Amino acid sequence: MCIVPIRTVLTVITATTALVLTGLWVGYNVNMLPLDASSNAPTYDALFKVLFSIGMVLFLGIVILLVYSLFRFRRRSGDLSDGLAIEGNLPLEIVWTAIPAIVVLFVGIYSYDIYERMGGMVALNDHSAMAHTAMDHSAMDHSGMASGEVSQARVWGGIGGAGMDAAPTGAVLPVEVTAMQFAFIFHYPDANITSGELHVPTGQPVELHMEARDVIHAFWVPQFRLKQDVIPGQPTVLSFTATKAGSYPIVCAELCGPYHGGMRSTVVVHEPEAYATWLQQNSPASTTT
Amino acid sequence: MTLANPSDFNGNLQPQGWLRYFSFSLDHKVIGLQYLVCGFIFYLIGGALAGAIRTELATPLSDFMPRDTYNEVLTLHGTVMIFLWIVPVVNGAFGNYLIPFYVGARDMAFPRLNAVAFWLIPPAGILLISSYFIAGAAAQSGWTAYPPLSLTTPAAGQVVWILSVLLLGGSSIFGGINFIATILKLRRPGLKLMQLPMYCWAMLGTSILVVLSTPVLAGTLILLSFDIIAHTGFFNPALGGNVVVYQHLFWFYSHPAVYIMVLPAFGLVSEILPVHARKPLFGYTTMVYSIMAIVFLGLIVWAHHMFTSGTPPWMRLFFTIATSFIAVPTGIKFFNWLATLWGGKIALNSAMLFSCAFIVNFVFGGITGVALAQVPFDIHVHDTYFVVGHFHYIVYGGTVFVIFASLYHWYPKFTGRMLNEDLGRLHFLLTFIGFNLCFAPQHWLGLNGMPRRVAEYDPTFTTLNQVSSVGALLMAISTIPLLINVVVTALNGKVAGDNPWNALTPEWLTSSPPPVENWIGEAPLVTEPYGYGQHQDQPQEVQA
Repeated sequence: MCIVPIRTVLTVITATTALVLTGLWVGYNVNMLPLDASSNAPTYDALFKVLFSIGMVLFLGIVILLVYSLFRFRRRSGDLSDGLAIEGNLPLEIVWTAIPAIVVLFVGIYSYDIYERMGGMVALNDHSAMAHTAMDHSAMDHSGMASGEVSQARVWGGIGGAGMDAAPTGAVLPVEVTAMQFAFIFHYPDANITSGELHVPTGQPVELHMEARDVIHAFWVPQFRLKQDVIPGQPTVLSFTATKAGSYPIVCAELCGPYHGGMRSTVVVHEPEAYATWLQQNSPASTTT
Repeated sequence: MTLANPSDFNGNLQPQGWLRYFSFSLDHKVIGLQYLVCGFIFYLIGGALAGAIRTELATPLSDFMPRDTYNEVLTLHGTVMIFLWIVPVVNGAFGNYLIPFYVGARDMAFPRLNAVAFWLIPPAGILLISSYFIAGAAAQSGWTAYPPLSLTTPAAGQVVWILSVLLLGGSSIFGGINFIATILKLRRPGLKLMQLPMYCWAMLGTSILVVLSTPVLAGTLILLSFDIIAHTGFFNPALGGNVVVYQHLFWFYSHPAVYIMVLPAFGLVSEILPVHARKPLFGYTTMVYSIMAIVFLGLIVWAHHMFTSGTPPWMRLFFTIATSFIAVPTGIKFFNWLATLWGGKIALNSAMLFSCAFIVNFVFGGITGVALAQVPFDIHVHDTYFVVGHFHYIVYGGTVFVIFASLYHWYPKFTGRMLNEDLGRLHFLLTFIGFNLCFAPQHWLGLNGMPRRVAEYDPTFTTLNQVSSVGALLMAISTIPLLINVVVTALNGKVAGDNPWNALTPEWLTSSPPPVENWIGEAPLVTEPYGYGQHQDQPQEVQA
């Protein structure tokens, strides 16, 4: 086999470097995402930038290679001969099996790390292990009917809170979310408030206990980068900590009927003092006095 | 006993001439073209439905059609495009036409089953479309038909939808069995498996997926119909049923369905690129192994559609890893295609333009696909327009572009006439620009908060939605030069000759269009379907 000329090697190295730099620049400078308003969002955005950069490098590389080939190896008019009879090249094929394998492995491990930091790997049923036996009883009593008791018991899926288990009791704000055609209803068990909007303070972990009344819905706040299906008969949980005060849309992301597109609500993130005021103004105790 | 000699069956019993395309013909070439034309009609219907969706989304308010009609339209659009256009055409049409040639047979292994498989499609399609008019309401729960929504929407339309999909699934299974039998058992003596054109391997892999996974969909939909008609509780939470189990069963078919739509396209591109680049297909053996790897991995990734469905963490992790690894065999195929072009003598005709655009589109869709496979990434964009953009890059930018490339490549074989290249390039330009205008902005929309399957949206998303709708309009316009081209050419296009591309695969080693028995005399033994450039010393015979 012939030895690859130095000039070719230099061209390939220069082109690859330029490509990687361009990809990284685009990935880290072109903002494709909305405001980051939860503690989880910057983590997500870091993953997004990595994936965007890698994707950019691969996409640009392949497109440039393709367009270059189409131009350089175009058939000149009158040329009816064939191209080179190259049927394969094992070392090359090993290289381009290895590159995607390494990239994919890196991406997989990195996103696992991100997922763990988001609290995705927290065992969901640990903190409700005690209630689990209660479910077995209620399941027997009500012959498996989905009901309020069951929703307190087994959590089927979702995102546990980052460091939520380390937080002292009472530090987590629990909110019960009921989804129905075509609204979300939020109930604060501690303050006994029921609201059509979700109000949360900045800096405090919030744990949503969600169940649907009719069909499947999905709770999504784009600015939190979090989504969880709300399922009839199978309670799910979603934890987050809001970081930036403001109003953000809550969007239903699962087709739930004719008014699916109109099934929206708002999450209002307050500074802690403003949240305390809201809590006081809306709790039934204060309105009766 | 001679299997499948069409003259035995056809004889005087079958109509001749154009009438045979409307008959229960047993000729694989007639059946292939029946699939193609029938599929194209449904493509126009599905496209009109897409046009209705993009018209509704041109404004933020739900003001073009009633909301439940919108849900019917999006359900029919998905179902028609998948089950009546892409799957039948990329498998049934090109598979039926080409596979017997490629294995050196005179017909498929089971010609009658083949005809039955095709003739299930028109009634199923008519049933599906007519549910809108007859049953009072068509299905409204999306092509995924997730319960409990599918149990609460008007029952008649949903049941008709199930019946229609069951018929189409049956047709698909019949086709799959036929392809497996034909490829493995009807090969011409002397022809080895590793000498077959790549499309045979793609169809073998696809058919394995069809036969393994389609029955699961059928079973699931039958259970769903019990829930609707007989009020059983398989998927009804009010009766103790489990809605997530339906999703597992549904995606056990419907993720492989993506490969059922895409693997044949990979095969067709592998046939088109070497011919117009005048080079052997690069890395034949690794291409075969990649297809089989995709088939295997394709069966164990379904739950990546369910990352927000309350699946346990370990399951999310497993499906992330399995899905990501599909990028490896897929990547091999794309690098091999690029290497096929490298050093060739590339003719940039319509078939080649569509094939190369397929590479660009599919790489884009593949990259967003690897991103979507990552649980933390997916949790934000699942069920948003990002996903809508992603899968249209795969199924339209991937498969439909390949269907068009294949049409320009094999039209001379089907009819004996060449399609007009100027109209072809116009068709390509309009399709490519329209497609990217339509679907690229949807990624941004999804990332920034627009969910899928909505008739109304936040007014901040108006501009990009209008760009997307303009793209859809261009795509609609792009079918006009195609239709003119096909009709005008069929009547008085340039005569192609038997082998206008000077290709080496066996379908070109006979007349165009071919005789009923495919070859006069014995089938040729083609052991090097991609042997370009090996006989440079000999003068090339070229037909004008």
